[in-house]
Formats: sequence, C-alpha cells, structure tokens
Amino acid sequence: MRVGTGAAAHAVELTWAGIGAPILMAVLQLALFVFLAPLLIGVIRQVRARLEGRAGAGIWQPWRDVRKLLAKEPVHAADSSWMLSVGPIVLLVSSLLLCVLLPLVGTLALPLIPSDLFVIVSVMLIGVVALALVGLDGGTAFGGMGSSRHMTVAALVEPTLLLSIYALSIPAGSSTLSLIVQTRLQTPAVIISPVSLLAMVALAIAIMAETSRLPIDNPSTHLELTMLHEAMVLESSGRDLAWLELGSWLKLAALLGLLGNLIVPWGVLTDFTVPGLLLGAVAVAAKVLALGTALSVGEVFLAKARLFSVPELLAGSFALALLAVTASYLVA
Amino acid sequence: MNAVQSGLVVQALLALAAVATGLLSPVSWRSRATGALCALLGVAGIVTGAAALGGANGALTIPLALPIDPLVLSPDRLGGLFMIVVSAVGALVSLFGIGSARGAEASRTSWAAMAVFLGGMQLVPAATDVVSFLLLWEIMTLGSTVLLLADHASRSTVYSAAIWYSAMSQLSFFFVLAGFGVLVAATGGTGFQTLATVPADSWPANLAFVLLLLGFGGKAELVPLHVWVPRVLPEAPSHVAAAMSGAMVKIGVYGALLVCVRLLPSGPPWWGVLILVLGGVSAVYGILQASVASDLKVLLAYSTTENMGLVFLGLGASVLLRSYNATAAADAALVAALLLMVSHAAFKTTLFLGAGAVAHATGELNLDRLGGLGKRMPWTAGTFGLASLGAASLPITSGFVAEWMLLQALIHGARLDGEVVSVAASIAMPLAVAVLALTAGLALLTFVKAYGIAFLARPRSRKASIAREVPWVMRVPLVLGALAVVGLGLMPGPLAAAIAAAVGPVIVPDVHTVGLAGVSLSGIDAVLDPGTLVILAGLVLVPILVIVALGARRHPTRVDPLPWAGGGSRLRPRMQYTATSYAEPLVRVFDDVLRPSRDVEVTHVGESRYLVEKVHVEQTVSDVIETRLYRPVLNAAQRFGLAARRAQDGSIHRYLGYSFAALLVVLIAVSL
Repeated sequence: MRVGTGAAAHAVELTWAGIGAPILMAVLQLALFVFLAPLLIGVIRQVRARLEGRAGAGIWQPWRDVRKLLAKEPVHAADSSWMLSVGPIVLLVSSLLLCVLLPLVGTLALPLIPSDLFVIVSVMLIGVVALALVGLDGGTAFGGMGSSRHMTVAALVEPTLLLSIYALSIPAGSSTLSLIVQTRLQTPAVIISPVSLLAMVALAIAIMAETSRLPIDNPSTHLELTMLHEAMVLESSGRDLAWLELGSWLKLAALLGLLGNLIVPWGVLTDFTVPGLLLGAVAVAAKVLALGTALSVGEVFLAKARLFSVPELLAGSFALALLAVTASYLVA
Repeated sequence: MNAVQSGLVVQALLALAAVATGLLSPVSWRSRATGALCALLGVAGIVTGAAALGGANGALTIPLALPIDPLVLSPDRLGGLFMIVVSAVGALVSLFGIGSARGAEASRTSWAAMAVFLGGMQLVPAATDVVSFLLLWEIMTLGSTVLLLADHASRSTVYSAAIWYSAMSQLSFFFVLAGFGVLVAATGGTGFQTLATVPADSWPANLAFVLLLLGFGGKAELVPLHVWVPRVLPEAPSHVAAAMSGAMVKIGVYGALLVCVRLLPSGPPWWGVLILVLGGVSAVYGILQASVASDLKVLLAYSTTENMGLVFLGLGASVLLRSYNATAAADAALVAALLLMVSHAAFKTTLFLGAGAVAHATGELNLDRLGGLGKRMPWTAGTFGLASLGAASLPITSGFVAEWMLLQALIHGARLDGEVVSVAASIAMPLAVAVLALTAGLALLTFVKAYGIAFLARPRSRKASIAREVPWVMRVPLVLGALAVVGLGLMPGPLAAAIAAAVGPVIVPDVHTVGLAGVSLSGIDAVLDPGTLVILAGLVLVPILVIVALGARRHPTRVDPLPWAGGGSRLRPRMQYTATSYAEPLVRVFDDVLRPSRDVEVTHVGESRYLVEKVHVEQTVSDVIETRLYRPVLNAAQRFGLAARRAQDGSIHRYLGYSFAALLVVLIAVSL
C-alpha cells in the first residue's frame, strides 16, 4: 500500500494550524530550553553536592557563569584558526536546532521539517564534530586527546543510537518523533512492551555517552587521564567557552526532554490550545528537571568507567537495541 | 544527426585531438592545451549525458570487418546519468592537472594516456553490446595503467603498484568477460537487449550474476578485491587518483546496475543478500582502515572502498526487497544508492584534488607531518572541509541526503502493510542499519582527523609551515567540486527525480520535489528539505551573531603567542596530537580486526632503569585481507613457478622430448 498521494501529501498548508501554531510552539520551546538548560545543570550539581555533604553553589550558578563568561574577552593561541571562535557557535546552533526540532512541548510538526530522528541525530553530530575540531585547533596535547576520545566514543555510540531509533520507529511506522510520541500517547501499552523497554535502555545509554555523563565521561573532572569533554574546552575562554558550555547544556536538556516524553508522553501538546501550550511547557520542564535529579542521584553511586571498557558498555547497549528491533519483527 | 549522436562523435573527436595534442605539443604549452581539450571532452560528455538523461535517443553504429554484430553506442537514461557524473569528474581533474602536473606527470605519454583514459571511461556507459562495452572498458584500464606508471623513474613503489593494478584489473576483466560469456552462450546474441531475455531463475543467469558481481565489484573496490586501491591511488598523480576514485569506480557501479536493473532485474533473494554482505563488509572494513591511516591518500583510498560498499549495500537491499515485493522501500534504496554514487563523485574528487593541492604545496601527504594549513591555504582548507562534511554525511551535503534516504529505505523495508515481509529481511535490515551507523560514525572520526590534523592547529614540520596556496587553475576545480557537494545537498529533490527517471522505465521510484528543492519519498512517507533546515539554522544564528558582535566591540578577542596547554610553557608543535595518536583508541578497540604490529624501543639513561633518554614507537597496520588471502596464493604461485623451473633446464633434448610427448597426446586425443 502506498501511503499518501504523491507530492500533495507533503504540501505546505498556509493555515494557522499548518504553520502558525508549530512556529509559536517552536519559539516557546526554544525560549524555555535556553532558560531551562543552565537551570538543569544547576539542579544536577546542587543535588550532587547535597548528597555528597557539600553546601553547593546554588541552582542559579550556571546562569551566573554564562553571564560572567559572556562579558570576558576570548584568548586565542597565535597559531589557531577561525575554528576556535566559529566551532562554539556551530555547536550552539546545532543544540538550539535540537530544541526546535524535537517534540518537547508538543508534537506539532514544522512544515517540511518533520522531527525525523535521523535528521536530528545528524544535526547533533554537527555539534559533536565542531567540538572535536575546537579541541584540535588549540594545538595542544590535551585538546587532541579529548577530541580523539570524544570522536571514538561518538563513532561507537552511533550504531546503538540509530538502532534504538529504528526499534522505536517500528510501532509508529515512521522515524518521525512527533508520530512516535503520539503513538505512545494513544496506545500506552507500547511504552511498557519489552521491545520498547529494551530500546529505551539502549537509547538512554547512548544519550549518556553523547552528553558526556558518567560512566562514560566525568563532567566534573580535570584530571588528564579521565577527561573527555573537559579536555576539548581547555583552550577556550570568554565568549567561546560560554557558547560551548551553553551548547552542551542545551543538548543535555533537549535529549533528557526527549527521553522524558518517550517514557511519560502525557502532558505534551497535540492540538494547539493556549492552556495546552502552557501545560506542555510546564510538563516538559518538570520531566527534564526530574530526570536531571535522577541522573544526579545515579551519578553519585557511579564511578567513571575506564576508557577502554566504554566500548564494552556500548556493545552491550548495541546488543539490546538489536534485540529490540529483531524481536519486534519476529515476535510480533 | 541528433544531439546524442553528434555528442558521441564530438567526444570521440575531442579524445583523439587531445591524444594528438598531448603527443605533439611542446612541453611549454602541452599541459595547458591538452588539459583544456580534456576538460572540453568532459563538457561534451556532460552535454551528451544530459541529452540522453532527458530521453533523447541516438545511436552511433560502428560496422566491423569481423563476423559479429556492429558496435552500437547509444546511451540510455541510466547511461546518460553515469556519463554526466564521469565526464564532470573528468573535466575537473583535467583543469586541476593543468596546474598540478609536473615533470613526468606532464610528459607526452601521460597526457596522451589521460585523454585515452577519460575518453574510454566516458563512453563505457554508452555501450549497448558486450563487445563495445569490453573494448571501451579495456581502453579505460589501459589509459589508467599508463598514467599510473608516470612516476616510475623516481619511485620504486610505482612498479609494484602498477603490477597490482594490472593484475587486479585483469582479474576483474576476466570475471566480467566470463559473466557476459555465459549470458551470450545462453541467449545467442551480444546486445544487452538480447542478454536480458535470459530467464532469471536459470543456472546461466545465476552463474553470470555471481561472475559479473565479482568483476564489477573488483572495479568498484569492494572487499576482498580492493587490495589494489591502497597501493595504486597514493602512487598515482593526484589528479589521476581523483579521476580513478571519483569516476572510474563509478563504472564498476554502472556495471552492477546494468546487471541488477537492466539485464537481470528480477533475481532471487540470495542475490540481494550476497550484494548486501559484500557491500556491508566493504563498508566497515574500508572505513576501519581509513580511520587508522596516516597517509592522506591511503585514507581517502580506503574511504572509497567504504563509500562503494554503502552503494552496494543500498543496491543489495533494493534487490532483496524487490524480491519480496516491498517495492516502495526497494525503489528508495536504489535511488539512495545512486544518490550516494553521485555525491561520492563530488566529494571524493574534491578530497583527492585537495590532497593533491596539499602535496603540491608541501610535498608531504603524511598527516603526522602536516598541520596549520588552514591559515596558509584557505581555499584548499575550505573546499576540503566542505567535501569532508560530505564524506562524513553531515547536513547539508549530498552525502547526508543519500545516507538519510538509505536509512529510511532500510527501516521501512522489513514490513509491508504492517506484515513482516520475510525472516531474512527482518534480520538483514537491522544489521544493515547497524553497519551503516557504524560506518557513518567511523567516517565522522576519519574526516575530523583528516581535516583537523592537516588544516588546524600548528604545523608539525617545516614543509608545512612554509606552504603557500596553490595557483588559480587548481583552485577553480576545488571550488567547483565543493559547490557541487553543497549544491547537490541543498536540492536533493530535482537530483532524486533525475535519478528516478534514469532507473526507469520498468522501475519507477515514487520520489517528488517538495518545498525548497527538498525530496519526498511518498511510498514510505518520508520527507526531507535541507533548504528549510538551513533557513531555520540561519534564524537561530541571528541572535547569537548579534550577541557576538556586541561583545566583540567591548571585549575584542586577544591573541596570545602561547596556548594555555594545562600551564605548560615550552609547548612545541611536536607535542600536539598526530593522526596516529588520534586513531590510537580505535586501533585498540578494533585490535582483532586491524592486527597492528607495534614496536616500542626504550633507551635508558646510563645505568638507571627509571630515567628514559628516548622512546621509539613504530606501529604499522597492514591490510589483513592482503596478508591472509593474497599472500598465501601469491606464495603458492611462486612455489609452483620455482618447481616448474626444474622442468626447464635448457637442454634441447628435453624440449624435443616434451614436443614429442605433446604430439602423442594430441594424436591420441584426436583419435578417441
């Protein structure tokens, strides 16, 4: 059977529901996450500090850090190229695009750019590449080391990531995220099916690796043996560092929002109403902060895995994802 | 005489004119004149191909004195598409060659061979019968072999590369010849239309399929027939390597499509599985080798194996799914394979030409000794960077669109109307997605390494620190290539529509243009519009740029002679990460496949075991397939040769005895 009727199926409808509402939702999503991402990091750090018996710097500290960094001059090494200042902006744009494209507040799709997971992963990878190039451009051993490890992990995560997307796409019959979330909302049985659980575990591990969290990377380390993300940003300062940090935080917040909406799809906006929009925003913020707290609590009990045992972890999550896909064909 | 017919004649005449100019013109203007004629030859090919792709029919018939059918050159739509791709690459490399060919690379023989190579290659897709196909195929191979030998006087490695190349080319040719032979024997004609009448489930069809797949796969650098690639492409002059990797391997793909789309369009599922496995193994093995390579050209050569592997992966998925009647997904996979082929031509040509520009400026291709070229060669760096994005299949390049479409085809392939099409497909599709994903991830690392180590940070050698940008005639093809990479990525809709028309008329993929030249696969309900994505990114970028501009006025960027480097003050360029160290974690992770040999030598200071004076580390990653598969065969052949020497001791009596014995055998055989 052929779904749709040719080009007409994807024609742009010049109506409020076709264009206006999705754009309004996307703008709200963007603003919400730019506000929420530093707050999320603040919450994660504060929860961790309290659990470890420290006072902590308060949940607004990341916001103060960004403001401080934006008001400072960047320092570049003499031999570096334009990459040191362009790379951070590319990373930030890629993370902001994630916030626009992912169904966070609601599942209204922008015309012509459905929230296709493969496209979203590629947009995210642009940021990954930009960060790796920034690490190399400093011209130091640290930056290169971080960049090399970061790219190795990114390369090995990719199969898990795409296969878990594949597994999630099977019930919806499409890799479009808004459709996947809607399917889960309409038939909640899908969420607790074994196949979906396997895929969610695999996706969660992949997201931990992509966002440089424990046990793959330790976000608070500055010891050269253990650094991945931090080693790459060592040479950056001022504005450049602010963009890099904000970009990484946004990525974490957006991906946690995605996980939240996949696990608990309730609250997302499916048909445009103003109260629905506000409810969606509150719901996704609550989900992101709750997941952030859970992440922080989990990380207290975790140590960073040795770099060369990371591939084993990723191979395990890959096996889960493969199992999820084949099981959904063969068992069903 | 219509457009196609006159285009073919013009191409043949231009090729002959270029050969003549190459042979006769003096060295002072040989490169310029012959290069310009070769570029014109490419333009003629593009025009002819475009006419053929547009549906114009025209045939050039060459009667022979031999008692076989006359040779007929008449490109169909598919042939037209390949003629455009191959000719465009030919035109770019010819322009580049004007500037880059020096010394032996600009000799009479080299330029004449270049014209022969390009002319033969452009006309292969026009062949409509076995004889002209094989004839043009061999002309192409002959031209490229001579070109490869250009530098034989200055480097001894060129000889061994040329021998490997000739041997592997002839092996491919043998398989192709045998495959066509089987079909000709089964159908009794040499025209492709006659060959297509063979029933798909008969044994000649199956045998011919395997032989032709091996032959064309060898030309397309598939594992295990890829062993010539990492030897030949680094030894060939840069523009020739670009033509081989950007265009010649596409003729292998054309051959495979000729088999799967035109001659034997309805094969059993195992054909698809075979192509899928060949493609998948090639993709992963190619990119693994590329990711650990330190020589820029070796890296690009192995990456070609990877890309062609992905093309065959798409083709295999298409054949497999078609055999299960999942037509929409099969069509999407086929279009994706062709999109990948077109985009590979654009980005790999640019990358090889970029490597050529680097070699031209520094005389160095070892990434471990490059660095900091971005500031010194901004044009090369920019174009190489864009092409790298294409090779890593990142938005908004053509490579991205192709890979996206392949993924969409794969995830929609195993189910049809909610039913699982077959157990084989439901296992093959997830594995194919995994292969594609791993390949994409490793490609990302490979090209971050290639670009980051060569063009960013500080120069690692004196040669790299005094590099200068290449002349205009070399920059123009680089820029055109990079524009093609981005342009094809921004408007995949028209390109996919052209490809859909090319694979017709039996197969009619359901692709449409939507939005700003985006592409929509209505059969599997997927849509992608890179143009809109770019606009969205631009909108998001505006506020950031405003903040940066405001901040830059108040706090301009300060340049410090030393990077911070964890507080170290005596930081030397040698302390930077190199290409080898960049890939080290990966070598460890894939230890079992790559089998690196590592040699660490520590020299201690005097008596102390704890103070180290110097450490010498040497690591080589060899091609496992070459050492495990080819070496034993070569050694056996050598042993046989040595043993056979004993039978030839130069004694005239013994040779007379052999002749007598041979005569007896013949007489007995005849009398039986």
